[in-house]
Amino acid sequence: MIRFDSVSKFYAGNSRPALGDVSLEVNKGEFVFLVGASGSGKSSFLRLVLKEEKPSRGQIHVLGQELSRMSNRKVPYFRRNLGVVFQDFRLLPQKNVFDNVAFALQVIGRSAGFIQEAVPDVLKMVGLAGKSGRFPHELSGGEQQRVAIARAIVNKPAILLADEPTGNLDPSTSAGIMTLLERINLGGTTVVMATHDAGIVDQMQRRVIELISGQIVRDERRGGYQTQAIPVQGFGLGGAAGGVTA
Amino acid sequence: MRLRLVLREAASGLRRNVSMVISVVLVTFISLTFVGAAILLQFQIGQMKGYWYDRAQVAVYLCTVNDSGDPCAGTETTDDQKAAIQAQLDSDALKPYVKNVQFEDHKQAYDNFKQQFSDSSISDYLTPDLLPESFRVQLVDPSQAAVIVEAINGLPGVQSVDDQRQYLDQIFAILSAASYTAVGLATLMLVAAVLLIATTIRLSAFSRRRELGIMRLVGASNRFIQTPFILEGVFAAVIGSVLASGAIVAIVQFFVRGYLRQALGATSTVALIGVGDAFIVVPILIVVGVVLAAASAGFAISRYLRV
Repeated sequence: MIRFDSVSKFYAGNSRPALGDVSLEVNKGEFVFLVGASGSGKSSFLRLVLKEEKPSRGQIHVLGQELSRMSNRKVPYFRRNLGVVFQDFRLLPQKNVFDNVAFALQVIGRSAGFIQEAVPDVLKMVGLAGKSGRFPHELSGGEQQRVAIARAIVNKPAILLADEPTGNLDPSTSAGIMTLLERINLGGTTVVMATHDAGIVDQMQRRVIELISGQIVRDERRGGYQTQAIPVQGFGLGGAAGGVTA
Repeated sequence: MRLRLVLREAASGLRRNVSMVISVVLVTFISLTFVGAAILLQFQIGQMKGYWYDRAQVAVYLCTVNDSGDPCAGTETTDDQKAAIQAQLDSDALKPYVKNVQFEDHKQAYDNFKQQFSDSSISDYLTPDLLPESFRVQLVDPSQAAVIVEAINGLPGVQSVDDQRQYLDQIFAILSAASYTAVGLATLMLVAAVLLIATTIRLSAFSRRRELGIMRLVGASNRFIQTPFILEGVFAAVIGSVLASGAIVAIVQFFVRGYLRQALGATSTVALIGVGDAFIVVPILIVVGVVLAAASAGFAISRYLRV
């Protein structure tokens, strides 16, 4: 699904890499947490998967395509296979819930008939069946994030990228969002979620990839926010330096 | 469905930016009017050249007793000399250039002069023998007058050889300068129009940056994203070009065919351009407007499409 081969990302004017020689593989149907402090490279990782940025070195394969070989013209079509959710929801304030979700389908040229069927379905799935006429400012934060998730998955993407989707939400609302993401994952969608939320990571017991200063320091199956295992597991990492202890 | 969506997006962009759109319309209107006026002026010059060059002659003036000094030395051209000049004009070397030759004697020159300057008192003091006799040479191709001037000038009995086209050339040079000035002004205005369109489209894109961000995220194609903005610029420019076209047609109809024709008098021999010429200019203006607007809007929006 997603494979990074020795990927480094430098930003102009900063000698320290945002990502330094990162190699990893995410398989179909996995649920992966990306943890680490702010500036550890989580967002850069997601932007690289989306092809919003180009890697300075190394190769990235997503959905069987090598991103550096993809022409700019094909990028939009590639992105139709990815869903993205952000901490700040990014809904259109002047459109209601239905139109916000429908917009994502209209702009990729789906027919009105398809939209009329798909949007109510996905709103029901995220638990907003009765609220399709509401506007974003009339919804709670959790409900707004559900709209954003509905918009991200309405096109049935193979991969869902979530950049701190619970960052603005209280714990009980976050739990509801996580249940929803879990359900989406059970439907076969690969989920990659960057987060700071220790409680969620500990509770879910899924694969955890920890980044510090652009390096993978931990890649653990069924891990917590901080590791219980002493040695660092390297998945195709080839001798990552140092161990992290709890 | 998609077309409706694109058109709706373009319309909402236009509504949101009314004042900028109006300024784009006005600037394209003015600049394209200048472009059109320059083209019309060139048409007019072409038409006048065609008319006048056909009538322009090379005049070979002969000596009179009053011409002291070189080359005449106060002696009237003799009949032998006239015959020699005539023979030279008829010679095989000059024949291909010459359409016909007319001889104008003192009497005819005097009559022509009196007719042309009938209101001037100078004709009262003039006698026929003061005016030189001349050969009036019409050329096959008026631009080759230099050949005749070269061959005839210096023959005995020739006072001077005069290519009348040189007087016309001055007039046409002035008209050309006017038309180049119009082109220069038009170019400056068009640059302003292009920059203004680009700015307008950037503003429009900025006010819709949330939508643009989401469109890019969910994978809307670049063409889908940019088309509404290009339509927005083209729409404003088309209104401007249509107004400019209207102005051009009105200028020809009311100023050239109306006022100028009246001012020159009904018997005037100046050939004026007609409304038909204006209708040749109209599609040029509209194409220029549309192409410039599409190009500058496309350039302005491309910044938002970079992946």
